[in-house]
Amino acid sequence: MDSTIGLILVQDGVINGAIYALLALSLVLVFTVTRVIFIPQGEFVAYGALTYAALDNGQLPGSVWLLCGLGVAAALAGLWRRQVSARLLALTLALPALVLAVAIWAAPRRLGVAFDAALTLAIVAPMAPYLYRIGFQPLAEASVLVLLIAAVGVHLAMVGLGLVFFGPEGWRATALPAPSLALGDLPVPGQALWIVGLAIALMLALFAFFELTLFGRALRATAVNRLGARLVGIGTAQSGLIAFAIAGAIGALSGILIAPLTTVYYDSGFLVGLKGFTAAIIGGMAAYPPAVLAALAVGLLESFASFWASAFKEVIVFTAIIPVLLWRSLRHGPAEEEE
Amino acid sequence: MRRFGWVGAAALAVALPWLPFLPPFWITLANYIGIASVVAIGLVVLTGVGGMTSFGQASFMGFGAYTTAILSTQWGISPWLTLPASLAVAGIAAWLIGQVTLRLSGHYLAVGTIAWSVALYYTFANLDFFGRNDGISGIPPLAIGGFRFIDPRATFAVVWIGVLASVLATRNLLDSRAGRAIRALSGGSVAAASFGVNTARARSLAFVHAAVLAGFAGWLYAHMQRSVNPTPFGLNASIEYLLMAVVGGAAHIPGAIIGAALVTVVNDQLQDLLPRLLGQSGNFETIVFGIVLVATLQAAPRGIWPLLARARPRHRDIQPDAPPLPHRALPTPNLTGGEVLDVRGLSKNFGGLAAVSDLGFTLASGEIVGLIGPNGAGKSTTFNLLTGVAEPSGGEIRFLGRSLAGLPARAIARLGIARSFQHVKLVPAMPVIENVAIGAHLRGHAGAIAALLRLDRAEEARLFAESARQLARVGLAEHADRPATELALGQQRIVEIARALALDPVALLLDEPAAGLRHAEKQALATLLRQLRADGVAVLLVEHDMDFVMTLADRLVVMDFGTRLAEGRPHDVRENPAVIEAYLGAPG
Amino acid sequence: MLEVANLSVAYGGIGAVHDVSFRVAPGRIVTIIGPNGAGKSTLLNAIMGVLPGRGTVRFQGTDLGARPIEDRVRAGMSLVPEKRELFGTMTVQDNLRLGGFRLRGQPDAPSLDTIYALFPRLAERSRQRAGTLSGGERQMLAMGRALMARPSLLMLDEPSLGLAPRIVQDIFATIARLRETGTAILLVEQNARAALRIADEGHVLEMGAITLSGDSAALEADGRIVEMYLGQGRSKEALLS
Repeated sequence: MDSTIGLILVQDGVINGAIYALLALSLVLVFTVTRVIFIPQGEFVAYGALTYAALDNGQLPGSVWLLCGLGVAAALAGLWRRQVSARLLALTLALPALVLAVAIWAAPRRLGVAFDAALTLAIVAPMAPYLYRIGFQPLAEASVLVLLIAAVGVHLAMVGLGLVFFGPEGWRATALPAPSLALGDLPVPGQALWIVGLAIALMLALFAFFELTLFGRALRATAVNRLGARLVGIGTAQSGLIAFAIAGAIGALSGILIAPLTTVYYDSGFLVGLKGFTAAIIGGMAAYPPAVLAALAVGLLESFASFWASAFKEVIVFTAIIPVLLWRSLRHGPAEEEE
Repeated sequence: MRRFGWVGAAALAVALPWLPFLPPFWITLANYIGIASVVAIGLVVLTGVGGMTSFGQASFMGFGAYTTAILSTQWGISPWLTLPASLAVAGIAAWLIGQVTLRLSGHYLAVGTIAWSVALYYTFANLDFFGRNDGISGIPPLAIGGFRFIDPRATFAVVWIGVLASVLATRNLLDSRAGRAIRALSGGSVAAASFGVNTARARSLAFVHAAVLAGFAGWLYAHMQRSVNPTPFGLNASIEYLLMAVVGGAAHIPGAIIGAALVTVVNDQLQDLLPRLLGQSGNFETIVFGIVLVATLQAAPRGIWPLLARARPRHRDIQPDAPPLPHRALPTPNLTGGEVLDVRGLSKNFGGLAAVSDLGFTLASGEIVGLIGPNGAGKSTTFNLLTGVAEPSGGEIRFLGRSLAGLPARAIARLGIARSFQHVKLVPAMPVIENVAIGAHLRGHAGAIAALLRLDRAEEARLFAESARQLARVGLAEHADRPATELALGQQRIVEIARALALDPVALLLDEPAAGLRHAEKQALATLLRQLRADGVAVLLVEHDMDFVMTLADRLVVMDFGTRLAEGRPHDVRENPAVIEAYLGAPG
Repeated sequence: MLEVANLSVAYGGIGAVHDVSFRVAPGRIVTIIGPNGAGKSTLLNAIMGVLPGRGTVRFQGTDLGARPIEDRVRAGMSLVPEKRELFGTMTVQDNLRLGGFRLRGQPDAPSLDTIYALFPRLAERSRQRAGTLSGGERQMLAMGRALMARPSLLMLDEPSLGLAPRIVQDIFATIARLRETGTAILLVEQNARAALRIADEGHVLEMGAITLSGDSAALEADGRIVEMYLGQGRSKEALLS
């Protein structure tokens, strides 16, 4: 392996690592705020990529119908639990209807990259809080394990729904417009700049949100002390909805970023999400900086593994958590009590 | 089921499929149900009883299937001889994985198994050794003499006798000393460890048992299907097995079989129906399964089986004439003052806060000492330090002349310190008598293998005779077969005392035993404690009912701000102005 | 303001509450005293919706039913719990800001300075993490956080717990001052003497039931309270000392 190949592998690793880092961040966010291990994160990546690719091709993405369906289901879930308010109806019925109308009008017109990306976010991101209302809110007091099983159920359903609404074919979007650069001998494609740049910008934005805004602090407070948060009036469900919305948006955005790089299928998201997830676990599921570092490590490991033993790339990446868990296990001493 | 019942069921498994009106298709489906049941029964032990979750059961099935596939096709070894190898490979793999994760919180095991089942899937699919994506075909069928089990009706007998064997093994395991250790996990690790249960080993046992059953299912699958490939051992298959257990009722063996039947049949129907409905082909059944899984967790978290069958307590026959368990010789009070517990300079800091600081006191055999003090004085922390639940930041605890420094809770229990808890920690669904038997855990020795083969019956009879004696001693003999949670809270506290007595303790540490008791029950408790004192047991009592503790205790140790504020006879302590001030505040 | 009628809570044998009724009027300090395990904390937690109870809790005329904690905070109730429940990894000022979550966006919401004026120690510690504070400072922060919501009813669960007598005096002096702002205060205490000294009226909770009620001065003089704490075998002489 010469240094050029090495640099290309590093570059690949950093690009993938940046995506995994975004996913790992939202997994940590969702876990600390709601205790849900958000397995369906990867489906949001696939949905984002496929929705964006459809708009990029001038077609109406099937996911917009799914958005409407989930909105109605969330409204019905609210009705069932007698928690109906004008706000709920606006968010679960009016919002999807509006997005649907815009999508039908805009899809054939090809209004450009920025518009497509924004519309993709509007279509995909709200699904996450709908899923929270339908699936997780009634289980808010359940154990981490029950929530995990429920998350796996949601993942299962979302993969099937992805097949229904996007079909079995893979899609690829045209690249985001950007000039290529050269770092010495190494050409850096525009898409890479987009991914790394946006990932960094998003992390800074999240940091500012958590440190400087009241709602960001409220999310942290819920993560630190659930009862304490409730005692100052921060509802668990409210925090959960915000956390899920952020996770959905990050997932969709990650999808938009990878759509021009690779062909995405309805079920491609799972492995991508799982790598973000591996990073979050390696980072300990509790803090953001270790999760980002672990994500970069996972990206680099994957890129070098695909060079040396491409067939075993996945095996190598996923078994990487064994030594980490072993180390944690030895450091932690006796088994922790479940909650 | 009596032995005759098992033989009858086995005979039925052989004969049933040959009934003329049964369509062969349903027999094949029933075989798949049987194999899935074996995996799901393993999840009963792991998830329903042990409270752990694995998304890797299909991988363990894969270990079993590939082991026999390779051994029988490449080395031509008879399938009957590969069975132990299949079970061993699955079991050893589980043991290794368990070593890595079982000491961490439950969800680490679950997420670990997700990652590893993906990794294993790609390993199976990419190594020539496993035949890559095509897998291994030409696996020989099972055969006895010249008879080859190829006809689904013949396979049916093997599969369902296999299911019966799995049910029997699992029931034997759960109804044993080792099984009680697994069941004790759901009463909290702290309580289990305080009675000598090695919680890490109990978790590992549950995980290995579930994996061995999955490996067995894989072996059955390989010889029924006569070929293996990576797909049925992937993550989605694992999720399906978990779905079966959750839908059927993860805590019950019949629930696992019902869940396996429902999911297998519905899966078969949906794979037909949904593509026709949607006009395209694909695995749409995952949508239904995903929704059903979440809906079950929300609406019937304990699954279908408890809704169908009202659990009625099963009576356990006690053999009162079983040879009594060996009894510990209690130190005689007149020897060296009879001091069994000597606490010096004991401290515990949490963060910057000192919960206990420089505490010292002694406890002698045949003595009742009351540990009292206002809320937050550090009494419960002291209990946790004495029993090894928490580690002291400083100071020394000597018990029967040896230091307890660094000993885990279960080692301290072995030395003869038994306790009850401020917040009742019994195994909720387990009968009272079995909860008491957990207390006698260290007085038995039988392991899991003895349990599976029922070689532990004589010891079990002795353990239960002892448990029944202790339960009678505290006056709750008539509640022996009821689930612990059905008792009034005050009675549950008394069950905890019986459990502690079953340990045959030198020192008994009771945390608010009189809370929630009626007057007559308190009198009975006081009589019992006096009796124990006369027998030479050392009793340390945290109690809020002052009348109770004042009349019972020989000495009182009063704690405030984590230190000893006063010590003496109840009468003197009661008149002590410092004590009154600690309780009521400074006079104005 | 607060009206509790026939409230019962089943709770782990220790600290259950049976059929408790009492009221708290605006601008009054009502204290509930009683020994360990009598059910004082359980009672407060049930009023705040932390634990489920049977019976009625009315606040400003509305039956709270099974409303969640957040709704009760929004209605103007605040609880300073026995375990403080601070946000340990966040700074003192962030803890206080979150206390103001209920009044977010309202121009007349209390500022951090009002709390710092009440507890100057917190101003010195404002950028320190809550988890590093001493016991007394934690209690001040918990109270400050509750006051940031400008509650009309403040409930305090054993504010003296684990604090040195000097700090207890400071804390109780602050509680007494709060009454002047018109806040109704429900004070649960084991430290009966300190509580009765600042309270207007008191109730004695024993084994989950109210056994004695009245004017706080009268209760303070009542010898039965010592008996309740330390058993009935006490001699008369010690009572009078």
